[in-house]
Amino acid sequence: MNQYPAWKYLLIVLILSLGVFYALPNLFGEDPALQVTSARGFTIPLDLDANIEDALVVENLAFKNKERAGNRMLYRFNSTEDQLRASDVIKQALGEQYVVALNLAHATPTWLRSLGGKPMTMGLDLQGGVHFLMQVDMDTARSQQLDRYVDDLRASLRDEGIRYVSVRREGNGLLALLRSVEDRTSTLELIRKDQSLQGLDVSELDTEEYFGISATVLEAQLLELQKTALQQNINTLRNRVNEIGVAEPVIQQQGADRVVVQLPGVQDTVDAKKIIGATATLEYRAVDEANDAFTAAQTARIPPESRLYNDERGQPILLKKRLIVAGDQLIGANSGFDQQTGQPQVSVTLDGVGAKRMLDFTRDNVGNRMAVVYIEQKPGGRKTEEVISVAVVREPFGKRFQTTGLDSMAEASQLALLLRAGALAAPMEIVEERTVGPSLGADNVEQGFKSVMIGFILVLVFMAFYYRVFGLVADMALFANLVLLVALLSTLGATLTMPGIAGIVLTVGMAVDANVLIFERIREELRNGNTPQASIRAGYDKAFSTIADANITTLIAAFVLFLFGTGPIKGFAVTLSLGILTSMFTAIMGTRAVVNLIYGGQKRVRKLAI
Amino acid sequence: MKFLNKKTNIDFMGKRKIAFVLSAVLIVSSIVILATKDLNFGLDFTGGTLIEVSYATAPEISDVRENLANAGMTDAVVQTFGAASDIVVRIPPKDVEGENSAEISTIVLGALQQDVEGEVVMRRVEFVGPQVGDELTEQGILAVVYALIGIFLYVMIRFQWRFSVGAVTALVHDIIVTMGVLALLQVEFDLTVVAALLAVIGYSLNDTIVLFDRIRENFPRLRKATSLEVVNTSVNETLSRTLMTSITTLLVLSALFIFGGEIIHAFAFTLIVGVLVGTYSSIYVASTTLLELGVSKFDLLAVEKEGATLDSMP
Repeated sequence: MNQYPAWKYLLIVLILSLGVFYALPNLFGEDPALQVTSARGFTIPLDLDANIEDALVVENLAFKNKERAGNRMLYRFNSTEDQLRASDVIKQALGEQYVVALNLAHATPTWLRSLGGKPMTMGLDLQGGVHFLMQVDMDTARSQQLDRYVDDLRASLRDEGIRYVSVRREGNGLLALLRSVEDRTSTLELIRKDQSLQGLDVSELDTEEYFGISATVLEAQLLELQKTALQQNINTLRNRVNEIGVAEPVIQQQGADRVVVQLPGVQDTVDAKKIIGATATLEYRAVDEANDAFTAAQTARIPPESRLYNDERGQPILLKKRLIVAGDQLIGANSGFDQQTGQPQVSVTLDGVGAKRMLDFTRDNVGNRMAVVYIEQKPGGRKTEEVISVAVVREPFGKRFQTTGLDSMAEASQLALLLRAGALAAPMEIVEERTVGPSLGADNVEQGFKSVMIGFILVLVFMAFYYRVFGLVADMALFANLVLLVALLSTLGATLTMPGIAGIVLTVGMAVDANVLIFERIREELRNGNTPQASIRAGYDKAFSTIADANITTLIAAFVLFLFGTGPIKGFAVTLSLGILTSMFTAIMGTRAVVNLIYGGQKRVRKLAI
Repeated sequence: MKFLNKKTNIDFMGKRKIAFVLSAVLIVSSIVILATKDLNFGLDFTGGTLIEVSYATAPEISDVRENLANAGMTDAVVQTFGAASDIVVRIPPKDVEGENSAEISTIVLGALQQDVEGEVVMRRVEFVGPQVGDELTEQGILAVVYALIGIFLYVMIRFQWRFSVGAVTALVHDIIVTMGVLALLQVEFDLTVVAALLAVIGYSLNDTIVLFDRIRENFPRLRKATSLEVVNTSVNETLSRTLMTSITTLLVLSALFIFGGEIIHAFAFTLIVGVLVGTYSSIYVASTTLLELGVSKFDLLAVEKEGATLDSMP
């Protein structure tokens, strides 16, 4: 009477076994591990293993196993103590070229992993770590862009030999004043042609004395600027995070001008903040030897091609406005000590263009001085510029050279790190920070797990008492639902957070609803005097549309949650939606299959245990 | 085991005047409480900094305050959190102005470490800038509004507009009353509570839809009955299911509330209140509204067919 065709049973068995299989990796836990990557993203040389292992043997440290995946090596250890000790040992053995990061590696067996099995990722609130939401200071980025236009226009006018009265910023645009109509026409032509002056909306503007050009930056250009600035910032942040050595960081764009940075396992937020938020870069400029800096400082008459700075001893110094090399032409930087003086230094490697410019400059300027300016951009558009060293060019050089004048080794190594990682295109501000210590994370895991178990067991017991055999069937379905949900979350790579656990708990509560609806219907049908078999069928049939309607409306609410929520709320929405879907399967098809097996074959069922 | 052994025949709708008064009182007092007492907005909305640390031995709160004041944090609120050795420090956003907004936590952690024997373990740091807080409020309200619109449309398609009005009225009732309770008890209103409120919407709706479904089914079945009788019968027929589901959900929520830890407390509490209010509202608010709007069997004839095709699926 009530029987499923064989394929339905097969389907159910198949789905359930897949569920069990993909939920399995969550049972294996994690190993403390170390992840070794190249600081520059190169592939790890094959002989590195030997280096690492020699160093470990010397310290009498044993590791559990190792694996190589693309450009990273992973060493697993038996205990966290071993892991921490080994971290220091390996760092020392490999030096700055490699990054050693603490990691908790999943202990899932290889055969399971090769079939795509992986455990759920734990959110920061469960494993501890830092979450930053950073906002790009777009106003400053725009203002910088405007300054760049002004500088470029001046330089181009000088190069073309067009004399101008002034070129300056005027509100949100720039204003150029010229003496004649002809000059203005050729300037307009220049703006049209010059690559570096694209994206301006130009109009003529006459004053009483002069012929002016007023220009504003096109909205499209600003949007483009915003996009590239954000993209470059994300790249830079990624580089920096790699430099700090964090396993499995998350760096993502959020909205038009924000970036989420998540660093699992990082405890020292002070240090992380300093490195992530820093906007330091270096500029190399020629010293203006033709004019006297002291006179310029006293009379406040500064030659137009130069700017006045204070050198590292606080004395005024005139530096040429024209850059020799800027931080973005740097491709490598390492900290070390000057072999002669013992001073901390940063050795710098330039890219092709930078190297050529540096070579051109130094060849023509042997005996002249060159200054290194350290620039730090603070949120809000303030900028500090500091001359950290002024040195005489003794011989021409290009690609590689040293910069000295740093206060300490720590400063040198931080500068080297920042130079390696690249500068931020626009300053960033931390607008949200969430740090969870490891002890709280562990507590959350324990409490989350405990509350799920207790809630689950309460419902199981209650259902079994209330609906007897049918209740036990519903219990099986509930268990299957939990397994399927965990399997889905694992394969989708969803991150498990505390609200996510709450979502699971809530689904457990609501998943029984479908069964309650069905069972109450069956009871009703029985009360109305129908035969047990007919009641089962009618119960399932009639309850279906109710269950569908009720669940779809809940899905709508969950979907809206997903759209509007951030981070943890999204996690809750995902678990809730998935839970509704899996519960539809287990509570309707799953229980029907079991009920059919129990009662379906019997010709005369006298009584249902419901 | 059965709570309701026989077919119940309680005259729910006969008491709808009383329920109406009760709902009106609940809503009005909730609004009054919300207007006068304000929700206890958490860090997510107000912005500011929160730092939780755990000391080896319970410190003197006054010492902690003094250390913080010396570090320039005069507005810091210091409380114990769970255990006496766990301390939470809250710094309001007006202290957090300027460039070093994110550095506040660093300063506080430094100050807390002063003259303490044994280690001070950082449990968590939360900093929310003022920009973020304002956006969250906006997003939270938008989320609720969009959820209500989506639900209204779906119910209109599957049932009829009177049902949409009934369902949404019940939901608005639930949200207002639940928030009223939160304001009354000054439960901290953070992001997880917003999630809980949306889950309450989902849950209460679930109840309402089940009832509406039965009403739709009963209209053609009980041809001679008045609309009021049909609704009453439907409420009675779904009563045991309503109770069962509420009980199981409350069981797991209590587990979350008791064992889930401090962080999930407000979330679980909101849901518990919401489930209770939601169960009541689907019986009284949703169906009373339906009746007041003059629902009749003619409202559902066209849609009935669609329901029938769905019914035949397993």
